[in-house]
Order: sequence, then C-alpha cells, then structure tokens
Amino acid sequence: MDWPLWEVFIRSRNGLDHKHCGSIHAPDARLALQMARDVYTRRLEGVSIWVVRADAIVASDPDAKPEMFDPAADKIYRHPTFYKLPDDVNHM
Amino acid sequence: MSTTCDGAPAPPDAASAPGLAAARCAVLLGYGDTALILGQRLAEWCGHGPVLEEDVALANIALDLLGQARLLLAHAGALEGRGRDADQLAFLRLEREYLNPTLAELPNVDFGHTALRLLLFGAFHVALWSAVQHGRDPQLATIAAKSLKEARYHRNHGADWTVRLGDGTAQSHDRMQRALDALWPYCSELFTASPAEQRLAAAGAGVDPAQLRPAWEADVLPVLAESNLRVPPPTPFRASGKRGIHSEHMGHLLAELQYLQRAFPGCRW
Repeated sequence: MDWPLWEVFIRSRNGLDHKHCGSIHAPDARLALQMARDVYTRRLEGVSIWVVRADAIVASDPDAKPEMFDPAADKIYRHPTFYKLPDDVNHM
Repeated sequence: MSTTCDGAPAPPDAASAPGLAAARCAVLLGYGDTALILGQRLAEWCGHGPVLEEDVALANIALDLLGQARLLLAHAGALEGRGRDADQLAFLRLEREYLNPTLAELPNVDFGHTALRLLLFGAFHVALWSAVQHGRDPQLATIAAKSLKEARYHRNHGADWTVRLGDGTAQSHDRMQRALDALWPYCSELFTASPAEQRLAAAGAGVDPAQLRPAWEADVLPVLAESNLRVPPPTPFRASGKRGIHSEHMGHLLAELQYLQRAFPGCRW
C-alpha cells in the first residue's frame, strides 16, 4: 500500500474546534474525506472533518523536548494568577 | 392469492381496492428486496476489502442498505396483514418470491465491479427516492427521505472510485470496462415497470421507473465519460429478477442469507 497518510480532525456537534482523532490512508484528498467519514464519524462523532496530509505537518522534534519545553516549567509568573482583578472583569 | 405480496398474478381490474393494496405491497417488497440483496453482496466484502478504510466504507454502505430493507419490508409486511415481519420476509421466502432486479444479486467480481455497481444503483436510488419522497404513502415517503441521503453518499463513493479506476492504469481501466460490459445489460430492468409498478403508476399512487431513466442517465453517463469508459450498445436482453425469475447466483446468495433462520427457526441474537 503506497497511499499517503492523512491526519484526521473532527469537530463535534457542540465543539468549537476541530480535534485530532486519528489517521487514515487514502489516495487523494476527496477520498481521504470519505475514508475519514466512514472510519471516524460512524457514531455521530462529528459535523465537520478536516484532513491534512501527514507529510505536510511540520512537527517538533521529540528529542528536542528539554530545550523546547522544559524552560517554561519554572516561569509560573507567566500565568496571570498574581493579579487582583476588579469584580467587573469576569471569565478571566 | 391476489392480495399477497408474493408477486402472484394481480386481478385484472387495476382500479379495484384489493388489487391496489397488493400492488403497493409488491412494490414495497421489490424496493426492500433490492436493498436487502445488494446489501448482502456488499457485506461479502467485510474482512476482504482492498484496504481497511474501504472495508469499513463498504460495510457502512451495506448496513445503510440493510437498514432500508428492514423499514421497507416491515412496511410491506404490515400492509400485507398476514403477520409477517421484516425478518420473516427477509429470511423465509422462496427464491421466486424475491422481487429485486437481477443486477442486485450478481456476484462480486473485483473491487472495480463493486464500485461501478455502487454508482449504478446509487444513482438509481437517488432518482427513485427523490420521486418517492413526494408520494402519497407518508410512511414510505419518510423512508425515502432517509434513504435519499444515504443513496447520495453511495452514489458519490461509487462515482469517485469509478473515475479513479476507469481513468487509472491500463489494468484498472480494462477491469472497469469489463465490469461495465457485464453490468450494463442488466440496467434496463431497473427502468422496466413490473406489473405492480404499472398498476400503481396508472392509479397515480406510485412511480413509473421508466420516468427515472433520463435523470439516471444524466447522472451516470458523464461519470462514465470522465472515467474513459465506453457504454456498450443496447442489447435485446432483459433481466427478469423483478418478476421473481432470478439468475443462477440467487440461490447461492439466499442459501447463505437464510441459513441461520432455516437451521434454527425463530433464532434471535
């Protein structure tokens, strides 16, 4: 099987964003949508599908995790939890 | 016999109430049997699809058709009034009592053959359910509206594969052309009214399938052209499944379909 791999993103009925749910093989974009529909929306999981060729996604290097993400670990001041908010400002 | 669903000869007076009821019943059986038998053929792909994704796609479509068959046969059984439910009609009739067109029962040859038949039947059902959903029978209209959405997907899935394989490699094109040459002569039966369909259409209570042909051709012929497939010339051959006279393949299909209910009558999951 030399069909390309496609990553599948589904937006659920009440969801605002498409969420990654898996991947499929398909020969082209149109059939990728149909394959994704048949594999991932059989039980009313979604109302919208995105498919993206897996090789079009640029991913961070798992081995680079220490320098990419660890430096954020001790910067708790970046979370806006140290500020007193006026009562009128809700939902922050 | 004239009021049964079994495709028995109808009484001569087309306007008489019992005759019309029997005709309604026979037409429903024909619709239901078509979905049932085509679904059974598609289900044979389960576990044998060319790739996992297509395996799931074909099984989904088979289940769509099985669901339509359940609704249609249940409606036919209720109209018949002899206490037969959808299961009894699906599993316990004799071969000559099934009223599907022969095209539905022909064996799967290869995936291209299946894709092409999906297109041919999908487009037919889009035309049929589009007409039936505005008919007089409210229950049938509801079934038609639900089935129309499913048929549109079946048609599109079949069409997409037909184009890709017909306009694909030399080998895939040859296989698709062979499939079209084999299946095309059976298509005319879809548009030949059975006696029951004639009676309903004459009474304004049903669809004359001959009137569906222009819409079907307008839908199918451009797909075949895009697929670089040559439509075979017309032949005098007329299939006869809608009259209950089936191909030699039907008995084998029914043996598998009916096995459990024949071996263990009344068995339930």
